[in-house]
Amino acid sequence: MKRLTPYLLALPSWMWLAIFLVVPMVAMASVSLQTGNAIDGFVMTFSFSNFGDALSRYSTQLLRSLLYGGLATLAMLLIGYPVAYWIAFKAGARKSMYLFLLLLPFFVSFVLRTISWSFLLADNGILFGTLKSWGVLPEGFHVLATTVAVVGGLTYNFLPFMILPIYVALERVDPRVVEAAQDLYASRTAAFRRVVLPLSLPGVFAGVLMTFVPATADPVNAQVLGGTENTMIGNIIQTAYLTNLDYPTASALSFTLMAVLLVGIFVYARALGTENVLEAAAR
Amino acid sequence: MSMRGLRLGDRLLHAYTWLVVLWLSSPIAVMILFGFNDKKSKSNTSWQGFTLKWYGELFSISDLTTALRNSLVIALVSTIITVVIGTMLGLAVGRYRFRGQGATNFLVFAAISTPELVMGASLLSLFVSGNLPRNANTIIIAHVLFSLSFVVVTVRARVITLDPSMEEAARDLGASAWGTFRQVTLPAVMPGVAAGAMLAFALSIDDYVVTSFVNGSTITFPLWIVGSVKTGIPPQVNVMGTLIFGVGVLIAVANAVAARRRA
Repeated sequence: MKRLTPYLLALPSWMWLAIFLVVPMVAMASVSLQTGNAIDGFVMTFSFSNFGDALSRYSTQLLRSLLYGGLATLAMLLIGYPVAYWIAFKAGARKSMYLFLLLLPFFVSFVLRTISWSFLLADNGILFGTLKSWGVLPEGFHVLATTVAVVGGLTYNFLPFMILPIYVALERVDPRVVEAAQDLYASRTAAFRRVVLPLSLPGVFAGVLMTFVPATADPVNAQVLGGTENTMIGNIIQTAYLTNLDYPTASALSFTLMAVLLVGIFVYARALGTENVLEAAAR
Repeated sequence: MSMRGLRLGDRLLHAYTWLVVLWLSSPIAVMILFGFNDKKSKSNTSWQGFTLKWYGELFSISDLTTALRNSLVIALVSTIITVVIGTMLGLAVGRYRFRGQGATNFLVFAAISTPELVMGASLLSLFVSGNLPRNANTIIIAHVLFSLSFVVVTVRARVITLDPSMEEAARDLGASAWGTFRQVTLPAVMPGVAAGAMLAFALSIDDYVVTSFVNGSTITFPLWIVGSVKTGIPPQVNVMGTLIFGVGVLIAVANAVAARRRA
């Protein structure tokens, strides 16, 4: 009985993950190779050409998603690192207050936050409308429905996921190590570059992983902030599945997206020299 | 000279951190503010005066009220399922060595790192292939799936820190296996379970992407909001968002105060 305990404890979750995570992936792989339509049904024809067709039709949106996701991740890293640094080393007893303030947006629904941005950025909304009526901005000025709005929205929405892992890594850096570097005549810049920065890299790694994947695959920001010119792959997949009922194309695109992201993660892990991707991400 | 440079740098970083915090909070302020907007036109994007009437007419849009109720029920049910099976798995991986542990850890990691879009799309592929109807049940299935790993991780983190000698002591004093579990193990892992439960509830009530694939004709709060972007978001949505925000912050603060008192 005692030997069976861990298996019995794990069984319900195993079944849930097997039936609703593993089997659906297989189903998606299978659907991506079928042909047919929503009325007459779909049959398995092993049409690998579905992938080629989907890619040639939507390569623009796929590349755009990777670009927007990459730009947003870079922006998050540049914006977030100094914040994580200050909270970890300088905030003292107020650390948890700052962390709480960073998490405050998560008490508001993701879609509602994004929509609030569309209010703020509206051509004649409270921000730009006011500035325009003061004559600070020209009448034709607009941000909504541009690349800036979408990348800005992605940066905004996922920023805490970049700051927190970097903060956790920096928090573990022993201040005495930095002092030792300075005692050994390292300048403040050199001490940061040679000691603090390398020690924070696992946090940067986890942060990039936690933000790039969801930002690239996000359909909400492009839909709410992007207008018609900034469609991302997430919007294409949603429309193909839910409006056009073109399941093979949609599945092929989802699979391609996942494969691209997985290869990206792998190459990135190799480039960074991290031994174990799971290890870094789990921290 | 270098001391003064250091202080100026720190002060700049301090001000910068506050700027980022303000930037992160600005949409919350907009949401709360426009719940008080006495709007006359159809759209609710320009300020037209203060009113409390949307708080009085909070439930006057019946579709929206239904959507909010659906979200709350789905979040509650999926949280209960997730907490039960997730705590069990968290105990298993935190306490025991068993065959398939590596594969289990990999599955838990895969469930966390699969993009929501891919998770929703693959679940829909399964339901379409199997000709299964989509409704509140399929939403609950999906929500348990994406919350499960978070509960497992928080519970496991707590289990690892437990001292096994406490349980041995209970057994030595004649407690049954079940009694030991209920009176010693469970109370000790409870903070991890509670944190996991709050995460699961928050993830469920917030989800749009996965839900949009598996909802069938059931509408949840986030789905209703996105669906009404084109026609204009009514102020009631802002009021509901404000109330959810308020309750969430209250629970988080109460939890932090309680944790400090325990320490």
